[in-house]
Amino acid sequence: MPLNTNPRLEFVLRLADNCLILSQRLGEWCGHGPELEEDMALTNIALDLNGQAQNWLEYASQLEAEQQTPDMLAFLRDAGEFRNCLLLEQPNHDFAYTMARQFYFDTWHSLVLTDLLDSTDHRIREISEKSLKEARYHLRHSSGWVIRLGDGTDESNLRIQKAIDDLWCYTGELCTADAIDDTMCAERIGPDLTKIRRDWLTAINNILTEATLQVPESGWMHTGGKQGIHTEALGYLLAEMQFLQRAYPQAQW
Amino acid sequence: MVTDMQTSLPFLEEIWGWLDSVSDPEIPILSVVDLGIVRNVRWIEEQTDFTTKAQSTRRSDSTLVVTVTPTYSGCPAMAVIKTDIQRALQQRGVSRVRIDTQLSPAWTTDWMTERGRKRLLEYGIAPPEPQDCKLGLASEARSTGIPCPRCGSSDTRLVSRFGSTPCKAFYTCNSCLEPFDHFKCH
Repeated sequence: MPLNTNPRLEFVLRLADNCLILSQRLGEWCGHGPELEEDMALTNIALDLNGQAQNWLEYASQLEAEQQTPDMLAFLRDAGEFRNCLLLEQPNHDFAYTMARQFYFDTWHSLVLTDLLDSTDHRIREISEKSLKEARYHLRHSSGWVIRLGDGTDESNLRIQKAIDDLWCYTGELCTADAIDDTMCAERIGPDLTKIRRDWLTAINNILTEATLQVPESGWMHTGGKQGIHTEALGYLLAEMQFLQRAYPQAQW
Repeated sequence: MVTDMQTSLPFLEEIWGWLDSVSDPEIPILSVVDLGIVRNVRWIEEQTDFTTKAQSTRRSDSTLVVTVTPTYSGCPAMAVIKTDIQRALQQRGVSRVRIDTQLSPAWTTDWMTERGRKRLLEYGIAPPEPQDCKLGLASEARSTGIPCPRCGSSDTRLVSRFGSTPCKAFYTCNSCLEPFDHFKCH
């Protein structure tokens, strides 16, 4: 799908879609959590991210002169029009995978939102300020679990290490700047991803070390999500998320 | 109804009193004012077209703007709260109400009233500790030391950072063994 001509709109859609797609993934845990408290935690985090996605999509809708409502952006775009990073659409697998994915994202999300508190875009600043408090709370939760599983039993250590290793190849994209990111950084609307990458690696290293886990070696990384080139997983996710609006167009709550 | 002599609009103090009768749908002992989510109330003159304006009184021409801020980004109670505010004001004769949403400055439990904290405690929910936010403990749930709302003991432990609504965390009292919700510092 071609990129929008407005780089700011692309940038906001990326922020929105990261939240929306991860929210949908976490919602799949509803009723399937490993324990009741965790079931509620995962769905609470999903709810926060859904609210954040709504705020970003409202802004995206305004930026494109309201050609599409926030609901249309969520429920009527096809996979090629989604701008989330590949990490967020990866399937839940087991609880270790879900926590590893959450830990990678929460660390990145908190750093980016902190940076966006100084954005020259007033609206981006406001939404970031609201989201950041929630993102930090999520990070405490996910990093707590990575430590608990890593420094737990042999079995839990094995499984979280595998999840950390398997998902590693989807993390490069979070901090790899393309032309949109460069433009946003130059206009001081978006963050400098080189700096975010450095801070992200430090934070990830610290927690993984505390968790007695091996930090994966840097290697080949998947990219494409931010430009709309996704893994197979996204299509299945959208089929479920968008079913109602596709089957019953314009249905209202 | 107490009214402003010149404009015959109800005083803002009175409107704040009416808003205080609107409950949080998730925690009904708290009013939206106790919760600190009503940020501003003001009258504005809508710039309607002059022919209709000339025929109408100033009162029916003015719009009451109520500015609210969400507790959490995805709080599902917000839609209900807005409808309830609208209804409460219309029942008292304010026909034109507009509700604006404001994200910044972001809501904090520091804005909860003292009465709100007391009501939470009486209801069995441990209120947010006012000093915790100032100590930079927002975005964290204290693992110990939240006083039990039932027996008052501080020998309590965090069970889960997340509870039955986005604003609560779940604790257990080691003294009386009762589980309880804590309205977490945010």
